[in-house]
Amino acid sequence: MTTTATELLTVRDLRVDFAGARGRGTVTAVRGVDLTLRRGETLGIVGESGSGKSVTALSVLGLLPGTAAVHGSVTLDGRELIGLPPGELTRIRGRRIAMVFQDPLSAFTPVYRIGDQIAEAVRAHQKTDKTAARRRAAELLDLVGIPDPQRALDSFPHEFSGGMRQRAMIAMAVANEPDILLADEPTTALDVTIQAQVLDVLRTAQRETGAALVLVSHDLGVIAQMADRVAVMYAGRVVETAPVDELFGAPRHPYTLGLIGAVPRLDRDGGPLVPIPGNPPALVDLPPGCPFAPRCPLAGDDCRTAEPPLTGSDGHQAACLRADRLAAERPAPADVYPVPPLPPAARPVDRSRLPQVLRVTGLAKTFPVLKGTVVKRKVGEVYAVDGVHLDIRRGETLGLVGESGSGKSTTLFEILGLTAPEAGRIELLGQDTAALSREAVHRLRAQLQIVFQDPMASLDPRLPIGDIIAEPLQAQRAPRERIAALIPELLTKVGLEPAHAARYPHEFSGGQRQRVSIARALAVSPQLLVLDEPVSALDVSIQAGVLNLLQELKATLDLSYLFVSHDLSVIRHLADRVSVMYLGRTVEQGPVAEVFTTARHPYTRALLSAVPLPDPAAERGRTRILLPGDPPSPTSRPVGCAFRTRCPLYATLGGEQRSRCEQQAPALDTAAEHGAACHWGGE
Amino acid sequence: MAGDAPRSRGRLVLARLLASPGVVIGGGIVVLLFLLAFVGPYLTHWKYTDIDYTALRQPPSAQHWFGTAGLGQDVYAQTLRGLQKSLIIGLLVALLSTCLAGLVGACAGYFGGWTDRLLIFFVDLMLVFPSFLIITIVSPRLKNSGWLAFVVLLAAFNWMITARVVRSMTISLKEREFVRAARFMGVRPLRIIWRHILPNCASYLIVDATIAVGAAVMNETMLSYFGFGVQPPDVSLGTLIADGTDSAPTYPWMFYFAAGLLVLFVLAVNLVGDGLRDALDPTAAAGRRPSRRTLRALRRRAAATAAVGSRGTPPALDAEGTA
Ligand SMILES: Nc1ncnc2c1ncn2[C@@H]1O[C@H](COP(=O)(O)OP(=O)(O)OP(=O)(O)O)[C@@H](O)[C@H]1O
Ligand code: SF4
Ligand code: SF4
Ligand SMILES: [Mg+2]
Repeated sequence: MTTTATELLTVRDLRVDFAGARGRGTVTAVRGVDLTLRRGETLGIVGESGSGKSVTALSVLGLLPGTAAVHGSVTLDGRELIGLPPGELTRIRGRRIAMVFQDPLSAFTPVYRIGDQIAEAVRAHQKTDKTAARRRAAELLDLVGIPDPQRALDSFPHEFSGGMRQRAMIAMAVANEPDILLADEPTTALDVTIQAQVLDVLRTAQRETGAALVLVSHDLGVIAQMADRVAVMYAGRVVETAPVDELFGAPRHPYTLGLIGAVPRLDRDGGPLVPIPGNPPALVDLPPGCPFAPRCPLAGDDCRTAEPPLTGSDGHQAACLRADRLAAERPAPADVYPVPPLPPAARPVDRSRLPQVLRVTGLAKTFPVLKGTVVKRKVGEVYAVDGVHLDIRRGETLGLVGESGSGKSTTLFEILGLTAPEAGRIELLGQDTAALSREAVHRLRAQLQIVFQDPMASLDPRLPIGDIIAEPLQAQRAPRERIAALIPELLTKVGLEPAHAARYPHEFSGGQRQRVSIARALAVSPQLLVLDEPVSALDVSIQAGVLNLLQELKATLDLSYLFVSHDLSVIRHLADRVSVMYLGRTVEQGPVAEVFTTARHPYTRALLSAVPLPDPAAERGRTRILLPGDPPSPTSRPVGCAFRTRCPLYATLGGEQRSRCEQQAPALDTAAEHGAACHWGGE
Repeated sequence: MAGDAPRSRGRLVLARLLASPGVVIGGGIVVLLFLLAFVGPYLTHWKYTDIDYTALRQPPSAQHWFGTAGLGQDVYAQTLRGLQKSLIIGLLVALLSTCLAGLVGACAGYFGGWTDRLLIFFVDLMLVFPSFLIITIVSPRLKNSGWLAFVVLLAAFNWMITARVVRSMTISLKEREFVRAARFMGVRPLRIIWRHILPNCASYLIVDATIAVGAAVMNETMLSYFGFGVQPPDVSLGTLIADGTDSAPTYPWMFYFAAGLLVLFVLAVNLVGDGLRDALDPTAAAGRRPSRRTLRALRRRAAATAAVGSRGTPPALDAEGTA
């Protein structure tokens, strides 16, 4: 490849070693990465956790800690950056290359006002006086769409919501019109509607400044939406790089192919996903040969001798010996990877005849807002949940969707508490929780089990997993022999080995830990499994395996799931019915296929349009509904429709129709198959 | 509750304990010390009460193995007698105070509300009371009830700070998801404390207990000044050390045998404590430590099975690399 004038940043054979702690081997986090960034383009770097994406990005900026040894070459406009004295690097950072981090809170100093921090960034590289810098800061905040920039200048970072902080961070990054914007997972911590806003802001910022953008993400959808070219990383190397359409249309590396098959998609239903077996390798003492070989279905003996180089023509390169074959045959992911057969889905029956498992009507829960350190006074209330309706029949999966703060977890904990709710009614298996004796509660617990989001935090690190799985059985006083017999059975059921019972949680990978959690939940043969974001802490290739397992278990054990997730694609994939929450209220419910194709509530429509599809062609053809602003604070109870402040439909209504939204809270028709809480949502 | 105690965890911890060289050595030393303390006295005809007027402050010899003290007492007999007392006092006091601290702290932290307020009030009360004042008041009454009452008393003034620390640890553990998960599964509170809270405080409790062993031996000396506990002519390591300190430069045998044994004892307990802590903490490298060779072999095997195309996730072999 020859260096052309348009090449802005080139990375050649970048290697980063971290000195091993306490006698452990050296971790080679990045093992020979080549990247090229042209002026004005967007390069997406995608890969799973630990694949070296962040380390690559940070080493370009010289931001790695002292334990890192960086080799290779990084040139900016022909100037070598590796080995530059820190002072010179600082001048380049911010001026020519600016960074947007995943967690914007850590990038702002909490004790200084946002305006002062942005102005300082301006003055660090430009000779301007204070008032001019401040004016520029206000302009920048306006550019990234922060309402009322003058007031925002005087706010402190903690007064901003996550999305606002990320915008402010972008404003600071573009303050000096850099040539390169480096964004490391800029939207991972954000909700989809906020993510859509921030991605939009990134695009605007890029257009206004003409900067090239390096976007690091694990989300194939975000990459498909934003990138011009993509580099896929695995085990510290780039394994494939291509223009975005080619990469998604005709991947030449089995890993890329597997990733594409592993993501559930919003525009398709059901069916098994393609899990990539195994786990990414540890980056210590890698065996020779292709690092993907232990997980690759196409691996042969020739793959295990030497690591294949990144080769290919016309800008599409892959590090695989079978790249040509993949390029010629263009197989679908499921042709290459073994896909587990799923038991056929239950035949559709009239759901009103199925026995009711969970029924929640009009659930409400408020938390007091306390003030004062010595004597706590109640100064207000948070309406965390204010009108939630759920309905689950035997064998059904209900997906509960909502952004963070919409009251999903509170709803779950209210149900799991098995006590009388503050308002409304919870019926589990036909029993009203308000009228249960202590003994009955204890017995009901066996019918209701939970799988938490973070599999590490929800397993006691000091118990071997055999004991962890036995716990609910012991709580229900199962005889010891039965427990001993059940544990190997349960482990096999979730795809682990009986011999694993004596291991501790930390000896497992994330996906395996989540399987342990599932085994524990299944131990007492519950009827309803509550799954609180069970796959959001996992990488896509691992997530696919867990989702397949959940589908299989549901079919074989006739379970019902209450599946909470912020990821609509996962819900679409797994759920039969969906219930959408906004600000503590159920705003729409209905069968998945219907809600996802013909949503009735404006919020659901916006939510669905905000989810990026892992398909660049489809992405370009979509119209996105961007919601303005953030959800309002739940400390006040709005009169009329709670969604009014952000509702795009409301904005188009005439005066008379508007006044209905303002005065009357729309009700959800809980009896209907598909209902929405909107006055004008259409039928 | 002990009936269906975690059988497999117990067995795993035991295996890890026995695999730890620290525990084996430390435990061995403690056993030897007990042997010495209880069998050793029969090896000489001197009793700790005997007085040899012909040998005052004599250095070690064939007659008196550890030499003699100011009144002609045999230091060997005295030291072993002291060792008997101090071994039992040290271990029992540490065990008792740690258990009490763990229980009170965990209950206060876990149950919160009124339980917490009452227990913490009691703890604070114990902290501000001048303990020796209480001891002087109660000691005449307990004088005849023997060493057990004495152990209880020592433990009773030694647990409060630990309990406060355990309480605050419990409050943060209580919010962790695994404790929540257990609650939602219907596990009863005391069982949650026993199975989840206390093991996760274990590192702290064990370190604290090993320190308490040495402290108990020395505290007992102080109590003797109040005419309580070990009274002459009876001795303990504490009283021997206290009496011998002044003569250490001139008559080293009167000090160093007792002091040396105490140091050895505390050291051994520390070794056992470290081993126990590592055995209870599965992430600790010690006790687990599969050799590099087995790891490599496992890795090869996994690579082989994956290549054959066997599905499902292979066992996590990268624990070392990613942990
Ligand atoms: N400061 C450090 N010291 C030692 N090892 C490190 C350090 N930073 C990163 N690593 C290691 O480098 C490897 C790659 O890490 P990196 O953060 O680049 O992954 P990533 O692809 O960004 O993953 P994620 O999606 O989780 O952000 C990992 O194995 C990680 O443990
Ligand atoms: S080189 Fe071999 S093992 Fe590696 S990805 Fe290609 S086919 Fe698979
Ligand atoms: S009721 Fe009015 S404000 Fe509420 S969602 Fe419908 S159109 Fe929007
Ligand atoms: Mg990262």
